[in-house]
Amino acid sequence: MASTQAPTETTGPVPTEVRRQRRSSGRAGQGSWWAGLPGLLFLMALVLAPLVIIVLYSFLNRAKLGVGVKWLFTVQPYVELFYSESLSGEKTFDPVYLQVLLNSALYSLVTALVCLVLSVPIALWIATRPPRWRTALVFLVTIPFWTSLLIRTYAWVIILNDNGPINGALTGLGLISEPLPMLYTPFATTVGLVYSFLPFMILPIYASAERFDFRLAEAAYDLGATRLTVLRRIVMPAIRPGVIAGMILVFIPALGSYLAPELLGGGKTSMIANVIAAQFGASRNWPFGAALSVMVLVITMLVLVAFAVVIRRSGRDGNRQQLESFL
Amino acid sequence: MSRVRGTGESLKNFPLFGLVSVLVFAFLYIPLVFVVGYSFNVNRVVTVWKGFSLEWYADVLTNNDIQRALMNSLRVAVVSTILSVVLATGLAIGLLRMARAGRMFAWGLIMAPLIIPEIVFAIGTLALFVQVRFPLGVEAITLAHTAFCIPFALLPIRARLRGVDFAVYEAAADLGANEWTIFRRITLPLLMPGIVAGALLAFIISLDDFLVSYFLAGAGGTTLPVYIFGMIRNAITPGVNALSTLLLLVSIVIVTLSYVITSRKR
Repeated sequence: MASTQAPTETTGPVPTEVRRQRRSSGRAGQGSWWAGLPGLLFLMALVLAPLVIIVLYSFLNRAKLGVGVKWLFTVQPYVELFYSESLSGEKTFDPVYLQVLLNSALYSLVTALVCLVLSVPIALWIATRPPRWRTALVFLVTIPFWTSLLIRTYAWVIILNDNGPINGALTGLGLISEPLPMLYTPFATTVGLVYSFLPFMILPIYASAERFDFRLAEAAYDLGATRLTVLRRIVMPAIRPGVIAGMILVFIPALGSYLAPELLGGGKTSMIANVIAAQFGASRNWPFGAALSVMVLVITMLVLVAFAVVIRRSGRDGNRQQLESFL
Repeated sequence: MSRVRGTGESLKNFPLFGLVSVLVFAFLYIPLVFVVGYSFNVNRVVTVWKGFSLEWYADVLTNNDIQRALMNSLRVAVVSTILSVVLATGLAIGLLRMARAGRMFAWGLIMAPLIIPEIVFAIGTLALFVQVRFPLGVEAITLAHTAFCIPFALLPIRARLRGVDFAVYEAAADLGANEWTIFRRITLPLLMPGIVAGALLAFIISLDDFLVSYFLAGAGGTTLPVYIFGMIRNAITPGVNALSTLLLLVSIVIVTLSYVITSRKR
């Protein structure tokens, strides 16, 4: 790191004009910002444009056959969020889709909290292993993230179904006579969500815990603090940045989850992604699907803004730097 | 040394932490073990064990639809890996030379696919392709995958670029090398481990993707995960497990490879 900064630092104070010239011409051989142009144009076409189109579509009319849109401005998709219209054209207040949105947020919150409870012990445990063990253990935590989400969700279809290993074991032990219905319940969806996103909670908390100087905990013990006090007063404040980052890293993808509610929740526990997918599929109402997507984007953005505020308010510099490094 | 050991001891005093950790690791891996285990089941009913057999693997590997889906998946993954690595290498170099505002805009754009909920990205690209009359199928999936593979390809390349000693560039320039020669003879070889690691990650991210492919598949673009989803929806047989096991194996081997490359060169 030091060597990369050396050339500018050793030259001492440089007149602004010279500095500006350097920036525009670039240091010898390091390429220029032009190198990034193809990538930027590509991302504008395939990331920015779809977002713009979604927002645009959410203010347009349904196409006659349901695929695509009719280019005529309307706020109807947003009205549909609050009101349902009977065949005679009568509008009644019916926040069923807001309910789904709220439900999804609740699922995501519960998922994040369960992940938190599971992650704090394992993150601290890994952080207190010898260094060469740590790398291997962290790698073990990351592997599931790199495997197919579809297969990881399917795994729970096998485990939770009526003939599955859990019901098999319980029946075998004589604890139950009828299989316990677990698949296609909110419980199954939650388990699937926790399973999907657990590494996103463990890793940032571990990153915080690894920087913590555990001699501080020892000092607290020596001064007569109990285990719980050490955990609450010394360790928890130190890993707070990791906890906040983890909550966001789990909450956001959980909110937009499609597979867990689809495969594990059955039809009963639809989350917002399933409703959006249905609008672009069988229900054939693209503008309404777009409006729901805009709502999801707005919630995502609010969460990120809240995160930014927490970063700004974070009193201790170390904490702030750490939070920023997660972004 | 004794002090380090001492800190470990006092934290082992949280007696439940070790136990919870073991249970969490079990929670992470046992489901995958079940997927693999039942792939060897003779019985059509996945979870009722009747005996060991490899017949589902033979069944799956000789299925024409699955072979076609596999070819689609490989075409998408290979092309979007190449595209995303080329674009990400350019971006990594370009980011260094951008003014602050430009860099922040670029960074936001690069990371956006990771932050935008996947369902929104999926229907957004669907709407885009329908709007501009670009046919759905393998090519559409490839373009969309390239977009969300870029951040995964970029991170290891960028990490590598940060460690480069810029004196080597100046030396090369002083010796009369032009920009292209410097890129080809110095930058590229230096970045190579990062590029390979990034390419491997991009490859599995593309290979494993379900949701975006599902919406962009059209009539002929069914990829392996989209096909597996259909199997799960219709009738679950150990064939699903056999196919899943193969896909899991590929992912794990490739991640391990990428990990080894990144950690060896540092």
